[in-house]
Amino acid sequence: MSTSTTLEAPKTGTWDGGNEPLKASYGKLMMWFFLLSDAFTFGALLIVYGLSRHSHLPYTGSPDDFTFSTEWWPIPEKVFNAFPGFHGVDLPLAFVALMTMILILSSVTMVLAVEAGHRMDKNDVQKWLMWTILFGGIFLGCQAWEWAHFISGTDEGMLLADGTRIFGANLTMNQYGPPLFADLFFFITGFHGTHVFSGVVLLVMVFINTVNGVYHKRGHYEMVEKVGLYWHFVDLVWVFVFTFFYLI
Amino acid sequence: MSSTDISLNKDVHHAHDEHDHHHDQNFFEKYIFSQDHKVIAKQFLFAGIFWGFVGGFLSIIFRLQLGWPEATFTFLEPILGNWIVNGKLDPEFYLALVTMHGTIMVFFVLTAGLSGTFSNFLIPLQIGARDMASGFMNMLSFWIFFLASVIMFISLFIETGPAGGGWTVYPPLSALPQAISGSAMGMTLWLVSMALFIVSQLLGGVNYITTVINLRTKGMSMTKLPLTIWAFFLTAILGLLSFPVLFSAALLLIFDRSFGTSFYLSDIYIAGEALAHTGGSAILFQHLFWFLGHPEVYIVILPTFGIVSEVIATNSRKPIFGYRAMIGSMLGISLLSFVVWAHHMFVTGMNPFLGSVFMFLTLIIAVPSAVKVFNWLATLWRGNIRFTTAMMFAIAFVSLFISGGLTGIILGNSALDIQLHDTYFVIAHFHLVMGAAAFFGMFCGIYHWFPKMFGRMMDEKLGFVHFWLTFLSAYLVFMPMHYIGIAGFPRRYYSWTGFDAFNTFTDLNSFISIAAIMGFAAQLIFLFNFIYSIFKGRRATANPWHSNTLEWTTPVNPGHGNWPGEIPTVYRWPYDYSKPGAAEDYIPQNVPFSQTQSSNLPYERDLE
Repeated sequence: MSTSTTLEAPKTGTWDGGNEPLKASYGKLMMWFFLLSDAFTFGALLIVYGLSRHSHLPYTGSPDDFTFSTEWWPIPEKVFNAFPGFHGVDLPLAFVALMTMILILSSVTMVLAVEAGHRMDKNDVQKWLMWTILFGGIFLGCQAWEWAHFISGTDEGMLLADGTRIFGANLTMNQYGPPLFADLFFFITGFHGTHVFSGVVLLVMVFINTVNGVYHKRGHYEMVEKVGLYWHFVDLVWVFVFTFFYLI
Repeated sequence: MSSTDISLNKDVHHAHDEHDHHHDQNFFEKYIFSQDHKVIAKQFLFAGIFWGFVGGFLSIIFRLQLGWPEATFTFLEPILGNWIVNGKLDPEFYLALVTMHGTIMVFFVLTAGLSGTFSNFLIPLQIGARDMASGFMNMLSFWIFFLASVIMFISLFIETGPAGGGWTVYPPLSALPQAISGSAMGMTLWLVSMALFIVSQLLGGVNYITTVINLRTKGMSMTKLPLTIWAFFLTAILGLLSFPVLFSAALLLIFDRSFGTSFYLSDIYIAGEALAHTGGSAILFQHLFWFLGHPEVYIVILPTFGIVSEVIATNSRKPIFGYRAMIGSMLGISLLSFVVWAHHMFVTGMNPFLGSVFMFLTLIIAVPSAVKVFNWLATLWRGNIRFTTAMMFAIAFVSLFISGGLTGIILGNSALDIQLHDTYFVIAHFHLVMGAAAFFGMFCGIYHWFPKMFGRMMDEKLGFVHFWLTFLSAYLVFMPMHYIGIAGFPRRYYSWTGFDAFNTFTDLNSFISIAAIMGFAAQLIFLFNFIYSIFKGRRATANPWHSNTLEWTTPVNPGHGNWPGEIPTVYRWPYDYSKPGAAEDYIPQNVPFSQTQSSNLPYERDLE
């Protein structure tokens, strides 16, 4: 009954067991499946965005005459047109484009860190992880500024029917348009920001381990690769958030 | 120099780990914060049984109200306290009872209790692995579930009562604390508990999936897997893809409740006062909820498909009929489960054309379901049936699945649903097909794998009594409900004697309540049998059912690492029962073809 009584070998195909059919360790597979499920979390939120937006009227007039009103969904370029140090200048989407560039750049440095890990080059891994952490931190800083600006509002604010003006946005009122626009902005970019923040925390942990030579002793830098997967995913999600909120 | 030393030690330890684990564990490591899949499975089982009794007890309280609406319940004051007002059950507490009954049964018993127990216990044992891919995450999964359980349990005892908006927690009712007392603190705790529950499910789910993919023993190809593993694998995938959507929905609801957002709320007057919320959509929540909610019913029922297939094949002493068709139908059901959610929403004012699309997709599910039923019946057909307790529950499962499934075809029609929506017909349908059936599958699994879990047998005579009482009461409770449901009797109504149309059903309702109490009492027999057998049951042998799967090749009480020696290698599928020419009527999966030359089929000769 036991295998020792026979020399007969079982099949050894890709899916015949006793191996890693997807050529990936269980840790990496777990990360992939977690990301798949997280994609559904973000997917649900973006569908909420799409449906909420669809149930509001769009602005139909000419873009030059656009004013903020709760009657219609605002044009993103008119909302996100500020840049730190350029008060009052209309720079549509300039700041968010910069943020996006920084995040994409952090993905590039992450790739370089993973690649250095394959070469077992501890110094390079440290260097590129440092850059990734830096860019991730800058992105979070930019987001903090963008939130602060969004919350404090523009100089003009929004003129209400009773003649008063409201400035800025929070979860219950919004100078830029319907309250839901601000709700969704805070919730979705906030949820993404939380992911970026978690990513930075993970990167710092991995960085400390790298400096201490934990992975070098272990003989592989797979942990860097796993955190890298997460980081790229968070970047990819940003591309969708960016498209939905700022471009469409 | 030192670095190489350490890496060497590490490797040696790793190799040692792979073979056998002789590290002495203290009590906490062994039984409380254990990372062993078998212990975690038992923890889930105990928690599931505990929740099963809580959920069942709640249903008995509201069945008392429904069965005897004119009676006074002063005798319940010692346990319910202020929920009994002048001898009558508080109407809002009634709503909380049905809400918590649903939540507890669907999530805490039939999701965590069922998948948590059997996926954890059987996946490593049946695929030939030492443990789950990540024991630590597995442990975390249980303890986060435990935390969710504690929070949900606490919510039963707070002054405003637990959540009362129905287990589906539709806003705006659930979003406005001033609406009913069940939407106050209890609802907040419900949402927090469920958010933790989802985290626990995801931790468990990624573990189950990666374990099945990466840790199968040599020779265990995907088409040699027992059907249980296929079922758990697909269940985990469904959970992984659908729970995050509920997570999003719950987070948005938390914001609506606590931070003043309007995702689900618009134009609401409450007590004559207009609320500031504007722009949201309550229907949106229903879409998000049922995108989880529908796969959820398959998360509940798929594991039992696997368990029942395994038990029926073993106890019919026949190969499962249509092994690949069984896998295919489970794949089909899993796929379809994601595209039918709006059949729960036919009467929300959706476009009738959209309704007909969802109706069409829903009715297609009848095909793979029928394939499964046919295959179970064909497996039983002319089998050498052994009526063990587990087998009785498995056969009854098929019966309940047919009875409950047939009404699904009726409810899936968007036109018929206009009459039947939210009536007791729906209650009867889903309690038979996913409530009672899933419970029967769970009992089937407990009776069948008890010897491997605890090294002892459960008592068959008590098992028979438990089975027959449960089986009879399941039908006696839910069959009459179809009848009152067709008459239009609505669900979630506290009192119905005020409606002339429903007064004639008083006797029938009392009858249902008596049957429900009988069914609940029968579970005490099970509880006694379960606890008694753990300590005093007849000692089991290593393979008491003469089964083929790998878990029965372990010692009577498998230790940490499951197999004392090498992990067995797999040569054949798990259903070689009563093979013509074989010495015995079962050939375990780890027996090579060279040892069974008398029974090998022509194409298997090449494998000798």
